[in-house]
Amino acid sequence: MYGLFLRHFYLIKSSLPRVLDLIYWPTIQIILWGFISKFFSIYSDYYNNTLGIILTCAILYDILFRSSISFNMLFLEEIWSRNFTNLFIAPLKLKEIIISLIFTALIRTLIGLVPAIILTSPLFGVSILKLGFPLFILFLSLYIFGITLGLFVSSGLMRYGPSFENIAWSSLFLLAPLGCIYYPIEILPEFFQVIAKGLPLVYIFDETRNILINGLVDYENIKQACLLNLVYLIFGIGLFYLSFLRARIKGTLINMGE
Amino acid sequence: MTIPLEIIDLSKTYDTKEAVRNISFKVNENQIIGILGPNGCGKTTTIGMILGLLKPTKGKILINGIEIEKQRVELLNELNFISPYIELPKKLTVKQNLEVYGRLYDVKELGIKIDYLCEKLRLNEFINKITGELSSGQKNRVSLAKSIINDPSVLLLDEPTASLDPETGDFVRSFLEEYQKERKTSILLASHNMAEVERLCSSVLMMNKGSIIDQGTPCELIKKHGRRNMEEVFLKLTRDLI
Repeated sequence: MYGLFLRHFYLIKSSLPRVLDLIYWPTIQIILWGFISKFFSIYSDYYNNTLGIILTCAILYDILFRSSISFNMLFLEEIWSRNFTNLFIAPLKLKEIIISLIFTALIRTLIGLVPAIILTSPLFGVSILKLGFPLFILFLSLYIFGITLGLFVSSGLMRYGPSFENIAWSSLFLLAPLGCIYYPIEILPEFFQVIAKGLPLVYIFDETRNILINGLVDYENIKQACLLNLVYLIFGIGLFYLSFLRARIKGTLINMGE
Repeated sequence: MTIPLEIIDLSKTYDTKEAVRNISFKVNENQIIGILGPNGCGKTTTIGMILGLLKPTKGKILINGIEIEKQRVELLNELNFISPYIELPKKLTVKQNLEVYGRLYDVKELGIKIDYLCEKLRLNEFINKITGELSSGQKNRVSLAKSIINDPSVLLLDEPTASLDPETGDFVRSFLEEYQKERKTSILLASHNMAEVERLCSSVLMMNKGSIIDQGTPCELIKKHGRRNMEEVFLKLTRDLI
């Protein structure tokens, strides 16, 4: 029994990412729900339609979550099935790989989301379609940001190999508290507000609440989200290319999945 | 006439470790060259550089006279690879896998090509089975089909018969001999199976610690080192250098 304990203890002791992984989830959960609780305790009369807003935001957040995870999963599946090398020795340009992953991730995202969207109406009387035409732009913004995060994680997987896998799963949860999905940015401490303003999520979810509460569309928020998305997407694509080059220098591609 | 595969003064260094050191060789049309050497001698690194998975630190790799670093993606159409360490997607059927790779390599008349591969490699009996559920020998034949689906002018084989039973191993070797004669493919074969190398290769490169330490036909090497077979040559050369 002690031997088995030692086996796992040595494993944890020797790996900082494992220790961080253990700490990570509870910390993020506590922070996220802490902010939500603080918001409700201060502004309990803020929402007339709390359930509708929270559910709509949850669904929109799931668009981000699903698109990013789908992108990562497509990459990880190649590693798990030890098919990674076959893929990278096929005559495919990097841009072709990125484009095919983007479209496949869209299909996976829609497969996961459409049933959930359909179910919210009979179960809770909430329809995301109430957002109207801006829903399309919000969806697109979240999808692009999800793909961008997928590009960051895939770059890490390519550069550092399967050991980067845990970060693939946890990257989105890091953004959840800062993305201000369920509460306005003012709830965050000032330092976090500065960081949050650099994320398109804040503008997307702020606009969602604005549409649902006030029935108005603030295109300034949408413009800001699109602009930030574009910057991150260009950076993500650049990073993907750079990681591929570094992986070729370091030899990560050849040992992937072994 | 252009040489299908030419390696000129090729080196690869990882940080401070020199994995491959100034190697040069050619594989002519219709020729099978063997690379032999102990684990970690630089065989896989060399193959990785030829496939464009690794960036050489120094030197050139020419495929049909064109440097791979300059036209990597285009030249990958001319290459293919099989190794027991990489697999095809396990959840797809054999046919689906061949269709996927046929499309990735932009194979014309893919249906006819798949039928040809099925017949030659005896895949018909499990063509609609899930790849992950096949035996090692069956998986190997499917991987072999994938590796020639684009009719590569240069085929790289990394231990193609490792972990196969003698009958399947012999089938694969016979197939490779026949295929190479029919298509005049240039083949680079990395193997630890000395009998296989003696049977298939017209020339052998002996590698150790990243360098080519000897080369010649199997007969020349056996005679030169005064041994009875390639296994004894291999042991002599690698032990001499320890």
